[in-house]
Amino acid sequence: MTEMTAPAPAAPPSSPPAGSPPAKGRSLWIDAWRRLTANRAAVISAVYLVVMAVACLVGPLLTGHDYTTIYTDYVRVAPSLTPYPKPDALASTLDDLTRRMRLDLAGWREENGRVIVDLRSARPIDPRVTRYFDRSSSFEDSRVEQTGADGLSMTVSAAVARHYFLFGTDNTGRDLLTRTLIAGRVSLAIGLLAGLTAVVIGVIYGATAGYLGGRIDDVMMRIVDILYSLPFIFLVIMLVVFFGRNFVLMFIAVGAVQWLDMARIVRGQALSIRRQEYVQAALALGVSSRGILWRHVVPNTLGPVVVYMTLLVPQVILLESFLSYLGLGVQEPLTSWGVLIAQGAKNIPAATWLLIFPSIFLTSTLFALNFLGDGLRDALDPKDR
Amino acid sequence: MADEMPSDLDIDAAAGDAPLLELTGLDVRFDTPDGEIHAVRGIDLALNPGETLAVVGESGSGKSQTMMAAMGLLARNGRVAGSVRYRGREILGLPSRALDEIRGARIAMIFQEPMTSLDPLYTIGSQLAEPLARHKRLGARAARERAVELLALVGIPDPERRLRAYPHELSGGQRQRVMIAMALAAEPDVLIADEPTTALDVTVQAQIIELLRSLQRRFRMGIVFITHDLGLARHFADRVAVMRYGQVVEEGPASQVLSRPAHDYTRMLLASEPSGTKAPPPEDAPVVLEAQGLDVTFHIGGGWLAGPPLEIHAVDRVSLTLKRGQTIGIVGESGSGKSTLGRALIRLIDGKGDIRLFGRPVGELDAAGLRALRRQVQIVFQDPYGSLSPRMTVGEIVSEGLRVHEPELDARSRERQVIAALEDVTLDPALRNRYPHEFSGGQRQRIAIARALILKPRVLVLDEPTSALDRSVQKGIVELLRRLQREHGLSYLFISHDLSVVRALSDWIMVMRRGQLVEAGPTEDVYEAPAAAYTRELIAAAYGLSDREQAGRR
Repeated sequence: MTEMTAPAPAAPPSSPPAGSPPAKGRSLWIDAWRRLTANRAAVISAVYLVVMAVACLVGPLLTGHDYTTIYTDYVRVAPSLTPYPKPDALASTLDDLTRRMRLDLAGWREENGRVIVDLRSARPIDPRVTRYFDRSSSFEDSRVEQTGADGLSMTVSAAVARHYFLFGTDNTGRDLLTRTLIAGRVSLAIGLLAGLTAVVIGVIYGATAGYLGGRIDDVMMRIVDILYSLPFIFLVIMLVVFFGRNFVLMFIAVGAVQWLDMARIVRGQALSIRRQEYVQAALALGVSSRGILWRHVVPNTLGPVVVYMTLLVPQVILLESFLSYLGLGVQEPLTSWGVLIAQGAKNIPAATWLLIFPSIFLTSTLFALNFLGDGLRDALDPKDR
Repeated sequence: MADEMPSDLDIDAAAGDAPLLELTGLDVRFDTPDGEIHAVRGIDLALNPGETLAVVGESGSGKSQTMMAAMGLLARNGRVAGSVRYRGREILGLPSRALDEIRGARIAMIFQEPMTSLDPLYTIGSQLAEPLARHKRLGARAARERAVELLALVGIPDPERRLRAYPHELSGGQRQRVMIAMALAAEPDVLIADEPTTALDVTVQAQIIELLRSLQRRFRMGIVFITHDLGLARHFADRVAVMRYGQVVEEGPASQVLSRPAHDYTRMLLASEPSGTKAPPPEDAPVVLEAQGLDVTFHIGGGWLAGPPLEIHAVDRVSLTLKRGQTIGIVGESGSGKSTLGRALIRLIDGKGDIRLFGRPVGELDAAGLRALRRQVQIVFQDPYGSLSPRMTVGEIVSEGLRVHEPELDARSRERQVIAALEDVTLDPALRNRYPHEFSGGQRQRIAIARALILKPRVLVLDEPTSALDRSVQKGIVELLRRLQREHGLSYLFISHDLSVVRALSDWIMVMRRGQLVEAGPTEDVYEAPAAAYTRELIAAAYGLSDREQAGRR
């Protein structure tokens, strides 16, 4: 302080009176947390989202399948709780297999999870035929038990490989559960990214433009207008032309576009908040522009921001599948929920599970996001008790 | 008006001596998430033809809800019981189609807020013609002619041209006149006026009251006049009903109730009219704040493409000297530049001219110097609802100044100072963890004062700090301000359009009009013997009639 401070009028520093409770401050964030945790729907949604995220991260390691593995024997098999191959399908699998070996199937039996197969042929049998067993996704660990004296017969045993396909398999015979979880990584990542960029850039940019106003606002919002006026598809195609197909480009493209709406919404809010008397009061207290933005403007824009964010995330997840369709997004064998749903929709009459499971994952996640968003908005509004 | 509604005849035939409007045992409850609110508790009121009944009470007394319920205009969560009779006919619980024949046609309403009661998207003409077409079944041409007549009737100049105007092109007083014209369109028997002049300047208020009075004589209307202003009720009403907590505590002829009140509450209301005066500070008191030839110009519109901006001279060469312990009252109507002057003095708005605080010029201060200035000069705003950030607790709001000016303080000592400041304005410090919306208007204004005082400023600019408050609450704030001035040696700049509060608080007064100083001098001198014609007009409008009656009583 400068010398302008004349001796302050006497106001003895009084101590807290006996009756008042211990000094314990409350703030918007602490209160919001309390209110959020009291909202059962929001808590359940948050827990669900965490479980979903963990499942998508860890799950693919536990399903026993790699998302790229192709099971040629199990193209488009239905979801099942019992393992493949089914007992009644074993005979036809062996028939197919021996036909491919150009041998005759004399007989087979199953013992202790192994099949013992008697093979015949008009020509001598090469012991390397066991490779056919190993290549098949139904069998593993094959060995020649016995070879006929004339070389025209052979007994081969092989362990039956048991595979669980809880969600069935897709058109190329890949496990749908693993692929759905892998897809969740991409979709959740892009949703999270879009939400974060929109909130961080959009809120800071919009609040700054709206609060400072005048010429700065003009310039800042004209920049937004220019970015708006770039056709999105054109932007995407340009990116592909210059940088080739690249997964990261999708994040850039989505990030570059999604914060614009948020910036406009927040700017509109900030414009009206700027004229509120509590902002003037803060100015009169000598609070810096940054302090006003952070303590007064931003918290009071949060309601619409949270609501818009819950609308934004589903929009972005669908936008991603559209980008993937154009060739900018994820490419096979990697996948996302949007891509899986698009593929599932093509297979509706034959294989409904290809649509049903990814859709359940996507919609339940969006539901949880919406409930959480509602809960957040209510929690951030102190008037709502 | 040949095609009157057939029901009119039946109603008039049944009329006789019966009251126009009769409420019996009216009871209103609201279901809210926090439980049931019993807003009106069994009210009996009657309105006779040609009579003015004033319903007075403070905010929350249920006076507005009573009339809304009678008109079937309650919010969705409201429930109403009892009886409302218009000329003997029960109208409570009528289906809305039947109710519409009475509501708007026989019973009309005007509301407090002329800014929001008119639809901004339609011209005055089309909004006026609508009830005419509906209730009087007039064709477009006839409705237009009638609309011109009505506008002339309520004293709007050049009514032909005004028909094409949009609401935002009219002043507040003119808008209220349009509202009255709309209410009169169907020639009602009963006019319910809910605080029709509260949002208006005193001189305009006097004109509107005069207009209502002459219209009433002409059409023999019954008027229900809802107000919190006892002076207005005394001046305008035949009978007065005083409401509190949803009940009528006292009812009777206006002269009797307001001069010989029977009920304690009425007495309390009457006593809460601001009173007392302020002695000027000693001659040798040091000058705290000084301004010479202060000038503020606003530029409206303009821009890169819009051409040169419009210049508005909000404050025009105003000078003042504020001494330690002095209170300068700045009065004027809305748009007179008094708020702008207050803000320019503390450099919330940039103006030209020489401003000195303790003899140091503050005009060219940089950011750091400005922050030091902020510590010395604080401001309290009019709107206790808008001046507190809704997402901060009271503790955070009050301590914000400390965070800026004494960032080295730890949380504990900050907390201690907050508690002291809240106690200083007689608020329970235990409430500091609550949010502003949990407080009443008067409490919020105390919070705003605590926020200003925690920095121990020397000058407090009070921009209409009591205008949004009830009289009894206002009295508390006035007394609080007096005490704080005594204890802390504060100097006040008290900006208000309410002349009685200014008179009670200030020892020097400045009258402003259109940005210019009209008159300045010691408060009592100006009030007793105003030199400028405008001041006389202002004082006559604010005091004239009620004072004359008061004088008669003494």
